[in-house]
Amino acid sequence: MINLIGVHKSFGPKDVLRGVDLSIPKGESMVIIGGSGTGKSVLLKSVLGLIAPDKGEITVEGLDVTRLRQGSSERDAFLAQFGMLFQGGALFDSLHVWENVAFRLLRGSLKRPKEEARAIAIEKLRRVGLTPDVADLFPAELSGGMQKRVGLARAIAAEPQIIFFDEPTTGLDPIMSGVINDLIREIVVEMGATAMTITHDMTSVRAIADKVAMLHGGKIRWTGPVADMDDSGDPYLTQFITGSAEGPIEAVR
Amino acid sequence: MRFLATIGAAILGMLAAIGRVALFAADTISHILRPPWYPREFVTQIMQIGYFSLPVVGLTTIFTGGALALQIYAGGARFSAEAVVPQIVAIGMVRELGPVLVGLMIAARVTSSIAAEIATMKVTEQIDALVTLSTNPMKYLTLPRVLAATLVMPVLVAVGDIIGIMGGYLVGVNRLGFNAATYLKNTLDFLEPLDIVSSLSKGAVFGFVAALMGCYFGMRSGRGAQGVGAATKGAVVAASVLILAANFILTELFFAA
Repeated sequence: MINLIGVHKSFGPKDVLRGVDLSIPKGESMVIIGGSGTGKSVLLKSVLGLIAPDKGEITVEGLDVTRLRQGSSERDAFLAQFGMLFQGGALFDSLHVWENVAFRLLRGSLKRPKEEARAIAIEKLRRVGLTPDVADLFPAELSGGMQKRVGLARAIAAEPQIIFFDEPTTGLDPIMSGVINDLIREIVVEMGATAMTITHDMTSVRAIADKVAMLHGGKIRWTGPVADMDDSGDPYLTQFITGSAEGPIEAVR
Repeated sequence: MRFLATIGAAILGMLAAIGRVALFAADTISHILRPPWYPREFVTQIMQIGYFSLPVVGLTTIFTGGALALQIYAGGARFSAEAVVPQIVAIGMVRELGPVLVGLMIAARVTSSIAAEIATMKVTEQIDALVTLSTNPMKYLTLPRVLAATLVMPVLVAVGDIIGIMGGYLVGVNRLGFNAATYLKNTLDFLEPLDIVSSLSKGAVFGFVAALMGCYFGMRSGRGAQGVGAATKGAVVAASVLILAANFILTELFFAA
């Protein structure tokens, strides 16, 4: 269970989060939508402890994230339950694809023998639809879609209980977006993991989400099951879903 | 009043920057004692910073040693002191030019590369990815680079000193008519243990500074290509200036009468 209560975050004079309250039950797939620059990434990074909120409480399975000290073993253990797919993949350029996927398995508390880690990496690559010959390439040798899949394989390599997806389909063609959406849905269901995805791709939302939350004006504007989204009656959410320039959300921001 | 406020703000900014660098250095050093360590990264950096810098160190110092011999010969001839070429080349290379030139070449080659690499990693969220993979970037990126540079730089400086002296020797023997055996004997007789200790110590300090600045500016990089460019430029400028300032302080410490 991930709980956020009254989370605030400002950067200089810009108040990005102004009291976010959100709850994600265990095993549920929550998708957070909202326009560009509304603080979706900030929210996600706050849960991971990459950004410290100015005010408010964030707990994961009852553990207060904001009190974990950088570099402490408690924080390492906390992060070990997470997998994260970054928007641009964030693969390590200097490492082979399989070393990227098996990164966690090659060092630290989850360290395995090299051959075993490689075998797991190849298995995870296969799981995301990549052939074993990709394993010995470098990330720069892959297309954008393949990099996303490798990022996905890395996110699931250590069998995390919670997986975060940061705009998983941005920059991909519609077919590859569909492939990634299906993979995310399958993996989340198969692993029984809690998932938190941020996106503004409505196709992704419908494919991935159990529940949807809309972030607007630094707060959660609407939250509910994905099936209720179209009939929410909320003018902000309706405008966002339909992509209309007319409505309460200003087109010029 | 506005003029005074501008000066005050600049001084406060500078003091804050010194404080940040000092804290960054202390944090880096503290990780030497705290596991986990990443020996593979350390060995990679030894190769990157040390082994692959050998050509540039060799080329820089051999030409400088040769030019130094020519200058000392020409200058010495004004008061019939041409014979001091071996001694002055040796002392000049070992005490000053060897460490400083190698330090500046490392600032150009290694500091820039470290800053650009880490800044790009930051911009492309690779640093955040490291954290989410339970890996401390200070341990995985900063410590191996700073430690490798600190340990390998004395070796590079020693190689630079020797090649620089050999540059002077080649010019002295082949161009200026010195006897080969006498040139080498004068060189070796004139150098004292303190000269070599100071040279290698300067190397270690310059290596520490060069890698630390690369990591510091890389980790604090702004967004986009402009951020990476600014981080790289700032790192090379800061490393070069700090190396020259540290050289003055170390020379004062070692050789002040």
